[in-house]
Amino acid sequence: MIFLIFLALSQMPDANGVAEAEMPVPPRPVDSLKVNDTPNDAGKSLDLAWQLSADTVRIAKYVVLRAESPQGPFTEIVQLMIPTDYYTDQDTLLENKKDYYYRVDVVDTAGLVASSEITGPVRPMAQWFNTARIPILVVTVFYSILVILYIELAKRDTGKMFVRRIAGLDAIDEAVGRSTEMGKPILFTFGIGYLTDIATIAALSILRRIAKRSAEYETRLIVPNYDPVVMAAAQETVKQGFVEAGRPDLYNDSDITFLTSDQFGYAAGVDGIITREKPGTIFLQGIFYAESLILAETGHNIGAIQIAGTVMPEQLPFFVAACDYTLLGEELFAASAYIDRDPQLLGSLKSEDMVKIVTVAIIALVSLVGTVGFILASYVHGWEENIIVKLYQIAVNLFTSA
Amino acid sequence: MTFGTLLGIWIAATLTIAIFSFLYRDNPLYKFAEHLYVGVSAAYWVVTTAKFTMQDMLVDVFITNWKAYQSTGSSTAFWEAMILIIPTILGIMMLTRWFGPKVNWISRWPIAFTVGLGAGLGITGAIQGFLLPQVQATLLPIWEPGISAAAPISGPQILIIVSNIVLIVGVIGTLIFFYFSRPHTGILGVGSRSGIVFIMIGFGAAFGYTVMARISLLIGRLDFLVNTWIGGTIRFIQDLVR
Repeated sequence: MIFLIFLALSQMPDANGVAEAEMPVPPRPVDSLKVNDTPNDAGKSLDLAWQLSADTVRIAKYVVLRAESPQGPFTEIVQLMIPTDYYTDQDTLLENKKDYYYRVDVVDTAGLVASSEITGPVRPMAQWFNTARIPILVVTVFYSILVILYIELAKRDTGKMFVRRIAGLDAIDEAVGRSTEMGKPILFTFGIGYLTDIATIAALSILRRIAKRSAEYETRLIVPNYDPVVMAAAQETVKQGFVEAGRPDLYNDSDITFLTSDQFGYAAGVDGIITREKPGTIFLQGIFYAESLILAETGHNIGAIQIAGTVMPEQLPFFVAACDYTLLGEELFAASAYIDRDPQLLGSLKSEDMVKIVTVAIIALVSLVGTVGFILASYVHGWEENIIVKLYQIAVNLFTSA
Repeated sequence: MTFGTLLGIWIAATLTIAIFSFLYRDNPLYKFAEHLYVGVSAAYWVVTTAKFTMQDMLVDVFITNWKAYQSTGSSTAFWEAMILIIPTILGIMMLTRWFGPKVNWISRWPIAFTVGLGAGLGITGAIQGFLLPQVQATLLPIWEPGISAAAPISGPQILIIVSNIVLIVGVIGTLIFFYFSRPHTGILGVGSRSGIVFIMIGFGAAFGYTVMARISLLIGRLDFLVNTWIGGTIRFIQDLVR
C-alpha cells in the first residue's frame, strides 16, 4: 500500500514540475568560435569556424554577426539555414587591418536565441604573396628562362630555327594574289576580341603581312572592327605594312573602320560589307564566338577564298567546315614567328615547344608511376598504401592551381 | 495586351523577317534592318560606355574618393582617386589620333600599354586557367584503385581504364600536333596524326552540339513569329471585337 501511494505521488506533477516542463529552454549555443584572417587575399576577408550547437536538430538557423567593438552594436552578416560550421565573411565593407568582433547566434524552431561567446579582435590582412599560386610562379619562371634562352639562341642564328610548315600561312600570298587578279578587295576581321586578347595581338602580325602584300599588289584592304582600341591598333599596323611595302600613299584610314561593339550587330554589318563589296579573300583571324559561322558562311556564299584562325575551340569546327584554310589554336600564335622569323618570336615559339615536351614527359611519367603504384596496391600484399602511390598523389597535387 | 505592346511585337517581327530575308539574297529590307541594327547597337554602346564606364567607374568613383579624402584625410581614398588619373591620361592620349601626324604618335603609347598588359596577364592566366588544370586532369593511372585478386575487374572499371588511356593518348597526340620545331615525320608524324584525329573528333562533337543549340534558337524565333506575333495579333483583334 505504501509503495502504491509513493508510486501515485511520484506520478503526480507538482507545481514546479509543470513550470519546468512548460518553460521554453533556449538551445545550446555554438561552441569554440574561431575567426582567422583568410590566407592569400587582399585583406578583405575573414574565415569563421565553430562547433555546431549540441541541439542541432532543433536549430532553424545560424546567424553570423559582426561588430567593430566587443560592446557592439553587432550587425547581422548572414543567416545560414542549414547546419554549417564555417563561414567566410567577404563583405565589401571589411577593411584591411581593422579590428572586428564576431558572434554566432543560433535560433531554434520556436524562435529562441542563444549567442556564442564574442570572438575578437581579428583583423583582415592583405598578403603580398599568394602561396597557393607557387606552382604558377614556378612554371612562369621556368617558361621565362626558356624564352630568354631561346631568344638569345635565335639571335645568334635564326636560320637554324626550324618551324614546320603551316598550310594556312603559306596560302596568304596566294590568296592576296587571287584577290588582285580578280580586281576585288581583301577583307580582314579580328572577330570580337579585344587588344588584351593574345589571339588578337597574334592576328595583328598576320594583318601586317597581309597589309604589306596588298600594298605591293595595290589591292584594297578592308578591316571592319568590333572594338575601337583594336581599330586604332589595326590602323597603325596596316599603315606600317603599307610603309614597309613603300606605298604609304595607298593607305586609307576609312577602310579600317569601327562598326559596333554589339556581337550580332557586328556580324550583320560585316555580312553586309561581304555581300556588297564581294571581297576576293577573307581573313578571319582572332577571337570569334557565335558569329563565326555567320561570317564564314556568307564568305563561302560569295565564293571568296577564306583563311581563318582562332583559339576558340567551339568555333574552330565551323571554320574548318566553311573556310579553305584554318589556323588551329596555337598555329595562330606560331604564325607571327613563321611569317617574320623575328628572333624574339622564334625564341618564344621554341620555348613553347620545349614546355610541350616537358608537359608530355610529365604526363607520361606521372601516369606510369600512378599505374605501377595502383597495380602493386591491387595485387601485392602489404603494398595497399605504397610509397609509389603517395609519390603519384604528391605529383598530382603539385599541379593544383588556385 | 496593350496597343503599345502589340506595336513593339510588330516591329520586332518585321525586323526578324527582314533579317531572315537575307537567306534569299541581299535586299533593301535586309539592308534597312542591318543598318538600323548596327546604328542602334553602336549608339547603345556609346551610351553604356559613357554611363557605366566613364561616369560610374571613373567620374563618380573619383569624386567619391576625393570627397572622402577631403573629409577624413584617408590615404586609401586619396590613392584610390589618384590611381584613376592613369587610365584617364591613357584615354586622352588615344584621342590624339584626331590631331594630325605631329601628335598622333602619342596614341601608340596606350595601345602599347594595352598590348603589353594583355600579353602579361595572358601568360599567367593561361598557366593558371589552362595549362596546370589540363596537366593535372591528365595525370591519370591506367588502372583503377580497388581492383584486386579478390575483387576482379568490373565493366565500369574497364570503361574508366579505357577512358584514361584515350585521354592520355589524346592529350599527348594533340600536344605533338602543335609541336612546331621538328618536321612531323617518324614517331612525331604518328603522334601528330593521332593528335589531329582526336582534334577532328572533338570538332565533330562540338559542331553537332552547337548546331543543336542554334536550332533551338531558330525554334525560339519561329515560336515568337507564330505564337507571339500572329497569335498575339489574333488575340488582340478578338479582344477588340468583344
